[in-house]
Amino acid sequence: MTSPARRRSYGVKGAPYTFLLPASLLFVLFFALPIGYAVFLSFRKVHVSGLGLGANARSEVWAGFANYTEAFKDSELLHGALRVLGYGCIVVPVMLGLALLFALMLDSEKVRFAPFTRLAVFLPYAIPGVVAALLWGFLYLPSVSPFYYVLAKLHLPQPNLLDGGPLYLALSNIAVWGGTGFNMIVIYTSLRSIPAEVYEAAKLDGATPLQTALKIKIPMVAPSLVLTFFFSIIATLQVFNEPTTLKPLTNSVNTTWSPLMKVYQDAFGRNDIYSAAAESTLIALATLLLSFGFLRAANRRNTRDVSEGDAR
Amino acid sequence: MPHTKRRRLVTTALSVALGATTLAACGSGDDSTSGSGPVSLTYWTWTPGMDKVVDLWNKGPGRKDRITVTVKKQASGDTLVTKILTAHKAKKAPDLVQAEYQALPTLVSNDALADISQQVGDIKGKFADGVWQQTTLGTKAVYAVPQDIGPMMFYYRADLFEKYGLTVPTTWEQFAQTARQLKKKAPDKDLTTFSANDSGLFAGLAQQAGARWWTASGGKWKVAIDDTATRKVAAFWGGLVKEGVIDNQPMYTPAWNKALDTGKQLAWVSAVWAPGTLATAAPDTKGKWAMAPLPQWSATEDVTGSWGGSSTAVTTDSAHKEAAAKFAAWLNTDHDALNALAKDGGIYPASTSAQLSGAFSNPPDYFSNQADFYTRAADIAKTTAPSAWGPNVNVAYTSFNDAFGSAAKNKSDFAAALKKMQDDTVADMKKQGFEVSR
Repeated sequence: MTSPARRRSYGVKGAPYTFLLPASLLFVLFFALPIGYAVFLSFRKVHVSGLGLGANARSEVWAGFANYTEAFKDSELLHGALRVLGYGCIVVPVMLGLALLFALMLDSEKVRFAPFTRLAVFLPYAIPGVVAALLWGFLYLPSVSPFYYVLAKLHLPQPNLLDGGPLYLALSNIAVWGGTGFNMIVIYTSLRSIPAEVYEAAKLDGATPLQTALKIKIPMVAPSLVLTFFFSIIATLQVFNEPTTLKPLTNSVNTTWSPLMKVYQDAFGRNDIYSAAAESTLIALATLLLSFGFLRAANRRNTRDVSEGDAR
Repeated sequence: MPHTKRRRLVTTALSVALGATTLAACGSGDDSTSGSGPVSLTYWTWTPGMDKVVDLWNKGPGRKDRITVTVKKQASGDTLVTKILTAHKAKKAPDLVQAEYQALPTLVSNDALADISQQVGDIKGKFADGVWQQTTLGTKAVYAVPQDIGPMMFYYRADLFEKYGLTVPTTWEQFAQTARQLKKKAPDKDLTTFSANDSGLFAGLAQQAGARWWTASGGKWKVAIDDTATRKVAAFWGGLVKEGVIDNQPMYTPAWNKALDTGKQLAWVSAVWAPGTLATAAPDTKGKWAMAPLPQWSATEDVTGSWGGSSTAVTTDSAHKEAAAKFAAWLNTDHDALNALAKDGGIYPASTSAQLSGAFSNPPDYFSNQADFYTRAADIAKTTAPSAWGPNVNVAYTSFNDAFGSAAKNKSDFAAALKKMQDDTVADMKKQGFEVSR
């Protein structure tokens, strides 16, 4: 009698760990270990002796924090970060603003062809980033772009989109074009989950559609706005495809335009995986700080709002 | 997540690099009992149609010696260098690899290439000295067998030169004059462009001017990128860009293709492989182009640089170095092999005897109007200046892309860009621990 019961209790006790096992195993194997290895590499470097020709001329040695101090001293990494900051300041607000606007418009009662519009806005997201960047790259090149042809025919000024300030707009445009649809769907989905009673109440109180949108809908989808903002920050910090694809088309994008491009260049262009590992670690830390800092700030505001509401 | 695609690209790049190890693991000879038994070799190359050439070997001399070669098609240039180095770290590099000349020091410095001087025998005489010297790095060792070369030439639109009354420049001074004349006669046209996206072109031009970017003596490297010869080249092109008589936009863009195809750009400083590029970039102007020797720095000189070209090397990881070296020598010196390489791979052979036979008795299709195209090319190839590559060409090249790219964009001082290129290169070598003297 006792033995099956004991076995059962043992099974129940072990169950959580068994359930955790696959996830933790995968986490350790494909996440923790590679990261650990990257961190290990970031403290190593290659030492060449003499001319460096022939066997045994190269050896891997400990570098201490040399790769990190190097990365901090390297103005290119900082400039890359600043460029990405500028790019992010355009992309994130525009993309999320448009996504929210489209979601609200789709959710309004008067909309026609909603499924088609939804698909049309979402579709660019399905286009691979490299293809999108190439496509826009063609459109930005004055001598092959139909836009410039039309501008020339109309005797309008033809800005050079692949240089200076406009380059940021050109790059941002690709990201906005590709990312708006996805964010719109996230926001739209959460709009659809708002209970109908809320709208009914608003209507009975005499709220106009605009007031409903501003005072009811936007506050109620705030969590998904936070979520999309969070994703967008991470994506912006990792910008790589667009500048890399546009690079051959213009002199204005260099090989280290964004921090991630610098990592790529160091690892695969200069074959210095040690510096690349140190830079990757720094970028990961920065991403972590920024995104969790943002999440904490957002949470704090939420709880404050709630408590203020309670007090009222 | 809106841009997971981005991350995916990086991951792909990573997995490609990591995949190299697995690929190599499949390839390199498992039958490590070298000597008499059948040997199978893996060969990483980007030359199109190489499998057909290798078939000739597998059915002919290879069958006799029981050496079978398998081709694994790769991406070209620097991407392959990275892949070879990654595979070599796992001691799983393939037996044979294709490598550009400027990549040889990097590969040798990583101990990836085997010295095959004992195995290849006396094939030195089949190649021009300047070409052969690149595979020895100035030592007694031989690290590769030359395959193709890219002697530089001047390509121009013969019809438009006639239309605007321009003469083909024989010196760079005349080249500048021609650019100015054209700008005066047709302000919307350019003689050519200064492109910062292919460092090989600039390296070739510097080589023609007499630059020796990397030299080694007394156990120390000397980096002379910012030397008198290169400064002269940089100042020349920087001056033309600043003056506005040539364009400053990069090559190989849709815009560049269009400029060549519509005659907005009239000339291109390029190499022997240009007909292939022009045929795809400017298909409508077939038969309107002509080739001439590269302009010279002084009227009495007759020298050219080289842009491109590659070799076949045996890796230190190969268990069958002798067999691999035998194949490398056959591939690049045998008459039938070179013929097939020219026909199926479209390469211009390094072997001097092959430059005028077989596939090269007639001009390339795109240049059917210039019957003596390959006779002239062979003569020009003989005048190629020796080159001097070092162990971090990739760093210098990237630095060139960025520094000259922004200098061309801003039409600013090219000398400052050249100095940046020199400084970056030296700093990288010092950081790695190379002995560098200035």
